[in-house]
Formats: sequence, structure tokens, C-alpha cells
Amino acid sequence: MTEWWLNFTSPIPPVLLTTAYIFVFMLVIVGCVAYVTLAERKVLGFMQVRIGPNRVGPRGLGQPVADAFKLMFKEMVLPRDADRFLFRLAPLLSMTPALAAWAVIPFSEHLNFTEINAGLLYILAMTSLGVYGVIVAGWASNSKYALLGSLRAAAQIVAYEIAMGFALVGVVMASGSLSLGDIVRAQQGSVLHWYWLPLLPLFLTYLIAGVAETNRAPFDVVEGESEIVAGFHVEYSGMGFAIFFLAEYANIILISALTALLFLGGWLSPLEGLAPMQAFHVPYLGVILGSGAHWFVAKTCFFIFCFLWFRATFPRYRYDQIMRLGWKVLLPVTLIWIFVEGILLYVEFPPWFD
Amino acid sequence: MSRIKNLIRSFTLLELLKGMRLTGRRFVSRKSTVQYPEEKTPQSPRFRGLHALRQYPGGEERCIGCKLCEAVCPALAITIDTEEREDGSRRTTRYDIDLFKCVYCGFCEEACPVDAIVETRVYEYAFLERGEQIMTKEMLLEVGRKHEDQIAADRSSKAFGY
Repeated sequence: MTEWWLNFTSPIPPVLLTTAYIFVFMLVIVGCVAYVTLAERKVLGFMQVRIGPNRVGPRGLGQPVADAFKLMFKEMVLPRDADRFLFRLAPLLSMTPALAAWAVIPFSEHLNFTEINAGLLYILAMTSLGVYGVIVAGWASNSKYALLGSLRAAAQIVAYEIAMGFALVGVVMASGSLSLGDIVRAQQGSVLHWYWLPLLPLFLTYLIAGVAETNRAPFDVVEGESEIVAGFHVEYSGMGFAIFFLAEYANIILISALTALLFLGGWLSPLEGLAPMQAFHVPYLGVILGSGAHWFVAKTCFFIFCFLWFRATFPRYRYDQIMRLGWKVLLPVTLIWIFVEGILLYVEFPPWFD
Repeated sequence: MSRIKNLIRSFTLLELLKGMRLTGRRFVSRKSTVQYPEEKTPQSPRFRGLHALRQYPGGEERCIGCKLCEAVCPALAITIDTEEREDGSRRTTRYDIDLFKCVYCGFCEEACPVDAIVETRVYEYAFLERGEQIMTKEMLLEVGRKHEDQIAADRSSKAFGY
């Protein structure tokens, strides 16, 4: 942040300032989430050789706004036998962790809310909390479909959380830090120094587990509209449904951002170590070529696109196949690679671990 | 051996990548959407839409009340009453088509010996009240008068085999 801005905001107490930042950032995130829903419909449409929504506003850009207003004006039906308190609490339980996790995400070298030295643990805790929203929603709805959906969610999250955790352990071993900023800094060098290459199996595992964690296709048995209607949010309507929807997409953005940070060098520029040093000192162009938040956003967008791409391509897994993949494929793969990585670290294998 | 092959194939994610290549190609390919109210799909001259009763150029109605269409109609959508006109020829006094019953098969058109009942290219119509779906003789004649040029042109085209 520039000197000017620091001087300008210095009379404001830090608590107020941070609150204001958080508020603005929340608005940005919710806006992004809204437009990811549009992007999803567009990308799915394009991959199915059609155009997708294009009636509201130029090129359909007003569609998320129209959807939001429609859902706001709809009634939120409360089922007679539902647990009133938990039924209303559940959407918040799934939305809050997805937003709270952003507190430790570094956008660039200095642009972040806070840099705590156990950032990765905090992220892990927050993303795991998200499943409580799903489970509570399924239980509180007092509906068979919803309960089945949340049971599946519980089993699936338990299975994939472990593989995901081990993938993160590999990153922590390689970087020697739990702080997300330090993890990115440890990847400095060039594209080949980013962890996607030395930790390729863990990278893929993390990506797959991330898709499963967000209950996205092809792991969306939790919603599974062909079997259990809409799963855990079958009884929700109006704003309650909208918040679940927002939470799902907020989680997609979060997992994409994390993948970019942990395996694709976060804000680091891919041209680093490839282009000559003078290139980064060219006015204006140098800023774009050099490291910065824009690379982080670009990488995140790439992974979000991948999420949509997966959804357009792969059919849904059967439930037992999901369990098999989680326990019998991903988990052994991560364990083996952590062992291999340990050996590589011990012998200080160049160019990554020397 | 085949187990190892399978193992390699599944761990390199080859088949998944193949699938993604396919959808990736579709992503950039030309879209086949027809933006309906602005664009419309081309129609065949033999398109079977809303019905019409045709008239001869002088204004004399073609229908001679033979009731072949009524007989052939698989959905029993056509109801015809006839009587003798003062010049001695047989004409219909009632010619109703229930568009809810009609399956647009075109059998009436085929059965008609004088090309009186036809199906036009009109397909954009709606009913807002119960009862509006019954096309009476007058309504059918009106559709015929309005679209006579198109109907005649279509029926002399190659697609009809005349």
C-alpha cells in the first residue's frame, strides 16, 4: 500500500479501518460469487455448444442481479417439523467459514488482512467447519432426502479431508512453514520452482480432494438431484437457499485461491527466472510482468474455470466409488509421496530442496 | 500386464484429460443456438402448423364436405356438418378443428381430394381462454385467405412432389 494511503487513513482507529476493509472485501467476494454463478452457466453452455444466459443486460451480465432479487422476494418456507433454530442457523454455518477463511489469504507480498504463522491450520479448521452447515441443514430439515444428503456429506468430507490434509503436510514439509505468505515465498525462483512440479501427486490430490470438499461435480452425491432431489438443501427456499448457493461458490473460489497459493506460487509471476531482469523495470509493463496480486487472481480464475470444466465433462461418481477413490487411491498416493518427499528433503535433492 | 497398463492409464489421468479435451473443443466451437424471437429456424415447405381452409381464386370454398378428413383424423379432432346449398352442391355448415386434440399428423391434408384443408407454416399462436382452441369454419377460411400465397407456393414446390 502506498505512503499516501497510509497517511490518509492514519487518523482512523485501526479497528474501524480493518472493519471497513473487511466489509468492502466481503462485498467484493459476494459480487465475485454472484458472477461465478454466471460464469458457470456460461461455461457449461459453451461446452454444450449453446450460448447460455444472454437476455438480462448486455451478454447476460445482469443475470446474477436478477437471480438475487428473485430469491430475495421469495418466501422462505419453514417445514412444520423442522428444528426452527437450527434450520435458520444452517445456511449461516456454511457461509461464515467460507468467508472467514479469507482472513489469512495473502493477495500479494504485503496485501493481506493478517499473516498469522499458523495460517494453514486456520484454513484447514475453517474449511472443515463448512460441513457442519450441510449436516445441520440436513438434520434440521427433518426430511429423509435432506438427511441422506447430509450423511453422505459427512462421510465424504471425512474421507477427503484426510487426503487433503496429507497433501497440505507435503507443502508444509517442503516450505517449512505454516504461514501462507512464507509458503509462497519458499516457491520463489521460476515456474519450475513452484510446488506443482516437485509435489505433482499432492497437487493433483489436493485439486481432486478440493472438488470433493466443495461437493462439486463429479463428487456431488450430496446434492445428487437424480437420486435425492437436492440433498441437504431440499427444504430450503428463498434466501436460505441463496445463501447455501453462495456458500458453495465461495468455497470454490476459496479452494481455487488456496490451490494457487500452495502449488502455483500465489502472487509470483510465471516470468520470474525466465525473462531477463531488465524486463521487470520497464515502466508500467514491468509491473504487469512482475509479481503481484493480479497473478494470484489470474491463477485463481484458472482453477475456478477448471472446476466448471470438470462439471461440464465428468459424470457423477457412484457413492462407493467416491469412498474407494478417497480411501484406497488418494490416501495411499499422498502417504507414498510424503515418504518420497522426505527422502528428497533428506538428500537435499536439487533444484527444489537444496 | 494389463493390470499394470490399467494402473498407468488411470494414474496419468489420460481418460479424464481426453474427456476434458473434448469439452474444451466444444467450448471454443461455434454455438448452434438459434436466438428464437430474433432468429428462426428454416422451415420445410411441408411444415405442418396451424390449419387453414382454402378457397378458389373466385372466392368459392374448396371444401365439398366429403368428410374424408373427419374419417381419417386419428385424434378425432375434426367435426363436420353438411347440407345441400341452393345450387345443389354439398357444402359444410360446420367445420371445427379442436387444436388440443389435433396431433398435426397431416392426414387430413393428405386425405382431402380437393386440397381444401391444409396445414400452414404458422406455428406461433396461443390460447388465453378455454374454448379458444376450437377453430371454426370461418376462422379456418380466414387463415386460408391470409396465407393463400404462401400455401399455394409451398404446394407447387418440389418438396410436395407435384
